[in-house]
Amino acid sequence: MIDEELVQLLSPEGERVSHPQYQSSLSDEEIFGLYRDMVIVRRLCNESTSLQRQGQLALWAPVQGQEAAQIGAGRALAPMDFTFPSYREHGVAWCRGVPPEDMLRVFRAVSNGGWDPQRYRHALPTIVLGNQALHAVGYAMGVQRDGAEEAVMTFFGDGASSQGDVLESFVWAASFNAPVVFFCQNNQWGISTPSTLQSRVPLYRRAQGFGFPGIRVDGNDVLAVYEVTKRALENARVGGGPTLIEAFTYRMGAHTTSDDPTRYRVDAEVEVWKHRDPVERVKALLVRGHNVKSAVFGQVAAEADAMALKLRDDVLAMGRPDPITMFDNAYADAHPLIEEGRREMIELGISGGAR
Amino acid sequence: MATTTMTMAKALNEGLRRAMEKDKKVLLMGEDIGKLGGVFRITDGLQKDFGEDRVIDAPLAESAIVGTAVGLAIRGYRTVCEIQFDGFVYPAFDQIVSQVAKLRKRSEGVYTLGLVIRLPFQGGIGAIEHHSESPEAYFAHTAGLRVVSCSTPNDAYWMIQQSVEHDDPIIFCEPKSRYWEKGEVDLDNAPHGLFDAVVRREGNDVTAIGYGSSVKTILRAAATAATEGVSMEVIDARSIAPLDFAPMIKSLEKTGHLVVVQEAPRTASVGSEIVAELTERCFYSLRAPGIRVSGYHVPYPPSRIEDDYRPSVDRILDAVDRVMGFES
Repeated sequence: MIDEELVQLLSPEGERVSHPQYQSSLSDEEIFGLYRDMVIVRRLCNESTSLQRQGQLALWAPVQGQEAAQIGAGRALAPMDFTFPSYREHGVAWCRGVPPEDMLRVFRAVSNGGWDPQRYRHALPTIVLGNQALHAVGYAMGVQRDGAEEAVMTFFGDGASSQGDVLESFVWAASFNAPVVFFCQNNQWGISTPSTLQSRVPLYRRAQGFGFPGIRVDGNDVLAVYEVTKRALENARVGGGPTLIEAFTYRMGAHTTSDDPTRYRVDAEVEVWKHRDPVERVKALLVRGHNVKSAVFGQVAAEADAMALKLRDDVLAMGRPDPITMFDNAYADAHPLIEEGRREMIELGISGGAR
Repeated sequence: MATTTMTMAKALNEGLRRAMEKDKKVLLMGEDIGKLGGVFRITDGLQKDFGEDRVIDAPLAESAIVGTAVGLAIRGYRTVCEIQFDGFVYPAFDQIVSQVAKLRKRSEGVYTLGLVIRLPFQGGIGAIEHHSESPEAYFAHTAGLRVVSCSTPNDAYWMIQQSVEHDDPIIFCEPKSRYWEKGEVDLDNAPHGLFDAVVRREGNDVTAIGYGSSVKTILRAAATAATEGVSMEVIDARSIAPLDFAPMIKSLEKTGHLVVVQEAPRTASVGSEIVAELTERCFYSLRAPGIRVSGYHVPYPPSRIEDDYRPSVDRILDAVDRVMGFES
C-alpha cells in the first residue's frame, strides 16, 4: 500500500513519518487518548460479535481494522459539528458520546434508531447505502442559511461510493459550496465486491471531477486521519466548501456476522493488513517514542474489559419492547390507521394497553 | 369575506407566497423554479421576492432534491420540493420511502419531517411519455407519508398552506390539467381541514368518489345523469392517505350505490382501497358492488389517445348504469 499519494504520519512500525503538508499537532496525552479510544472501541466490537454468536444480537457489523479512520475523524470534530453515519460507524458514535448500549439497540432488534441524534449531533444509522450523504449536504445548506460556523461530515464506504445518492451529493455540495466533508472509508470490500471493481481510479480522485479537493489518507494511521480531517472541517467551516477524504483502510473482519469472507478473499491479504494494524502502530509509538510503561496498557485493557462487561449486562437487560410501541411516532399527528391498529392490539390483549 | 377569482396555478403560487411570509424557515426547491418560475409557473416571481436562498434552483437530480430536503428538515427548515412531473419522481422514490417516511419513527419523534413534495400528476395535457402519470398509490401505500390532492383553486390555495404547516411529510398531488381553470378563492378562511373529504354535489341514488382532475369529470357526469333522472352524490376525497371515510359512509347509507373514479390503473390502487374499505364498513347499506372507473392496465398511452384512457363522462355514466342496474 506504499503509495506516494497517501498522507501518512505514522508508519505501520510506529515510526513518525514527515509529510510536506501535514504535521501532527497532537500532544503525547492526546495521542494516548486516541489509543485508549481505539482499544475500547475494538474491545466493545469484539464483545458485540460474541453477543451475536451467543444469540443475543440479530446482527453485528464489526469495525475491527477501521478504528484509526473512525477515531481520527471523530476526534477531529468540534462539538457543534454534525455527523451523518452509515451503519458501521461505532467508533465515530463513540467519539460523539453515544452510549455503547444505545449503538446496539438496532442490532438487538429493539429499535430502528437507538439514540437522540440531536443530543449527540450524530444522526441515526442509515442502512440504505448512500442516502445519508444527501442528508448531510442538505443539513450543510441549512448551516449556510443560518450563517453558522459549523461543519457537517458524512461517512460511507467504497461500496456506497457507487450509489447515485453519493454522486448526487458531490454535485450538490459543489454547486452550493456546502460546508461538508465526505469521509469515505475504503475498506477494500463491499461485502464480496472488491473496491477495485467499482472504481477504475482511486476514489479520492473523483472529487476533482466534481470540482472540490480529494485526498487519500492512510486510514490505519490515526495521526494522519486526525490532521487531514481537522483541516478539511476547518476549511468547510470558513466557507471553503466540501472535501472528499478517502481513508484507505481494511475491514479485518466480516461485513457482518452473517458474512463469510473466506469465500471471496485470501488469507494472505488479511495477513498483509494485520501488519498495518491501526492500534498496534500507536502502541509501538507510545512504547518507543513516549516511554509509556506496559502497566499503563494493562490499565487501558482492564478499563475496556470493564466496559465490555457493562455493555453485555446492558444488552441482556434490553427486553422485548411492548408491541404497541410500534405505533408511537410513526406520524406526528393523529392518524386513523394508527388509532385503528393500536385499538386492535389492545382488544387482542397483545398489549396491556399502557402507553 | 375577501374572495377573488384565480386559476389553480395562481392559487398555488399565492398559497406558497403566504406560507413563506408566515414562516421564514419555509424554503422552495426544485428544477427551474427560480428565474423560470417552474415549467408550470407555479413559483413565478417567488425567487425575485424571497431570494435565491429561499427559492432554490436545484441541479437536475430528484433524489437530491428530496434527500437534501431531509437534511434541511433535520436542521429545522421546511422545504417544499417541486418534482417537475409525476414520471420524474421515481429517482427520489428511495429517499421518500426509505428516509422521508421512516425518519420520524427511527428517531422516535426527534426528527420532524415537515416537508412537502409537490407532484403535478394525472394526464390530459397532451404531453409526451412520463408527463401524465398517477403514482399516488405508491405513496398512499407507504406508512409515514400522507397524500393529498386539490381539485379547485380554493383548495389549492389552502391545502398547500396547510400542508406546509403540517408536521408530517406530505405528497401534494396537483392535477395539472386543472392548473389553468379558474375558481373563487376565499383569502380569509380555510374551507376544510386538510384531510377532510367533501361532498361537492348532493344526490340520492349513487355515491361517486374521486380526487384531483376526476372530480370535475364526475360533476359533469352527474349533471348529465340528472337529466336522465339519476341523482348522483359527488365526493371529493381530497385526502388520498389517510382517506376520510365518514362522509363516504354517510353518503352510501343514503344511496347504496358506489362508483369510484381515478386516472390511475385499477389494480392495487386508491380506488381499490376505497371500495374494499367501504364494502367492509357499509356492507348492509350497499345494494350493488362498488365499481371502479380507472385508467387501463397499460403504460400511459401516447397522448393522442389519452382521452380513451382517462375516465370520461361516458365511462362514468356506464358505471352508474351498471351499479343502478345490478339489483334488477
